[in-house]
Amino acid sequence: MAEFLDDFLFTYQNLVYSLGVNGLLALSIYVVLAVGQLSIGQAAFMGLGAYVSALLTVKLGVAFPLVLLAAMITPALAALVVGAPTLRLSGVYLALATIGLGEVQRIVFINAEFTGGALGLSGIPTRGGLISIYGSLALALVAFVCVARSKIGRAMEAMREDELAAGALGVDLPAYKLGALVVSAMLAGLAGALNAHVSSFISPNDYGFDAAVTILSFALLGGIGSPFGPVLGAFILTLLPEVLRPLADYKTVVNGAIIVVAVIFMPRGLLAWRMGRAGAAFRRPK
Amino acid sequence: MLAQQLVNGLVVGSTYALFALGFTLMFGVLGVVNLTYGFYFSVGAFLALFATQHGASIWIALPLAALLSGCVAVVIDAALLTPLRRAKAPELASLMVTLGATMLLYSLANAALSTDIRRFPPGVIDATAIEVAGIRISMTQGLIIAAAGVMVSALLWVMNATRLGLGLRALAERPDVAGLMGVNAGALVRLVSLLSGALAGASGVLIGLNYNAIQPYMGEVMMLKGFAVIILGGLGDIRGALVAGLVVGMLETLTAGYVASSWKDAVGFVLLVLTLWIRPSGLFGRLAVKRA
Repeated sequence: MAEFLDDFLFTYQNLVYSLGVNGLLALSIYVVLAVGQLSIGQAAFMGLGAYVSALLTVKLGVAFPLVLLAAMITPALAALVVGAPTLRLSGVYLALATIGLGEVQRIVFINAEFTGGALGLSGIPTRGGLISIYGSLALALVAFVCVARSKIGRAMEAMREDELAAGALGVDLPAYKLGALVVSAMLAGLAGALNAHVSSFISPNDYGFDAAVTILSFALLGGIGSPFGPVLGAFILTLLPEVLRPLADYKTVVNGAIIVVAVIFMPRGLLAWRMGRAGAAFRRPK
Repeated sequence: MLAQQLVNGLVVGSTYALFALGFTLMFGVLGVVNLTYGFYFSVGAFLALFATQHGASIWIALPLAALLSGCVAVVIDAALLTPLRRAKAPELASLMVTLGATMLLYSLANAALSTDIRRFPPGVIDATAIEVAGIRISMTQGLIIAAAGVMVSALLWVMNATRLGLGLRALAERPDVAGLMGVNAGALVRLVSLLSGALAGASGVLIGLNYNAIQPYMGEVMMLKGFAVIILGGLGDIRGALVAGLVVGMLETLTAGYVASSWKDAVGFVLLVLTLWIRPSGLFGRLAVKRA
């Protein structure tokens, strides 16, 4: 059995890694969608995490836990710069600003000397692996389930359903939105760093518009009623091109079509159930 | 040298203005951010390319491509956004649908046409240039400024001086009340899609002529500049888009000339973020910013 597992891991190593990383990315877009906002900057945050972590490891030899920390803080700062002015405005502004962020970041990575230019960075030493990827995914899932079942989760759901009403009932809208964006940027940065240290090579074009839209399609396929929906969506969309080989060439077509179909025909996604609230069993009316 | 740069900037800027005008018209009247808008830009450029390859002169190819891009815009709007409008879906739903559709359309265009850069057949436009006080202006540049000027003036005239414009402004203000006052909302929605698709298509042809390089993803690059222009000008503000388009075009050209051409595409985003921090209502700031 152990031997079989080893063989399996050896053959499908990259797939197993990308399932975990995409699960984390799906959770990162989930946090933003859960407060009724749309960020198209997830790929940019991921790329920032990947580049910061790779540079720290390769050029300075910093310890891996510190590298991960830096890979979470840097995108969080970028999220503050873009998010703070836009989140007080209508949701359209954040979406437009984050698309712009991704593009300008790509230009910087391509043109700056120390990021390796258009060729990207290669020879990143292997760090972490299965345990850190799936450990982070499990931790993030547990944390989000706890949050979703708490008062914060209820406030987030209220904002998503009717922002005006939630605000009138005392939900601090800008604080929740900015908090969600920052957490989401940190998660995406973490995913980027973990991914960079198992794939050994990163390039500026890995984190462009297509990647951002793919991340969004994870969440829209799975549904955002609970944190499990986006992760399920990520697993399906990562496995699909592996199972149906002919689809692999048309990945972007499929992901784009899924978004269109999901928004028009099944706005609640595949996993449509909502999280219950902690302690609800004790408070059920007689 | 500076004067020449400014003229080049004016040329690029007027295509940006033209492009952003359609985008801001769509947002202002229909209330949606339609990300497929950049695709109409590519469609326009390719249609003009095919038309000229089949022997049409640019004077026929330009209006034809603009009109057909407008028709594509009407079809896409009806397929994607009309169902959402009917269901009164939140504004981000329409953004997401068009985001998915953008990726779908570009991937399909890419599969059908390949990313090879194509060029207009030689002699499609007279290559001579006129020289005024040491500044060279090519026929293409002249055509761009003239075409942009004509289209912008026509649009401003329609919006401000005709009954049609009145209906459009009413629709932008309050769609439901406009309907009660006898404005045919469905027809105007299609008209706005047609007009803005045509503006995108026309600017695609003009940019294609200016750089003589056409490929499917050209609209995606343009879209990013479009965001910067409409946010700098104020979302939904026609006059703002016009001025902001010229400003972005000029600054990009100057950056390319005096800093490095590889950084010129970053200019728009820097302006976008600065606008959001300092003056979210845009250059003229007359519009009430839509706050959350």
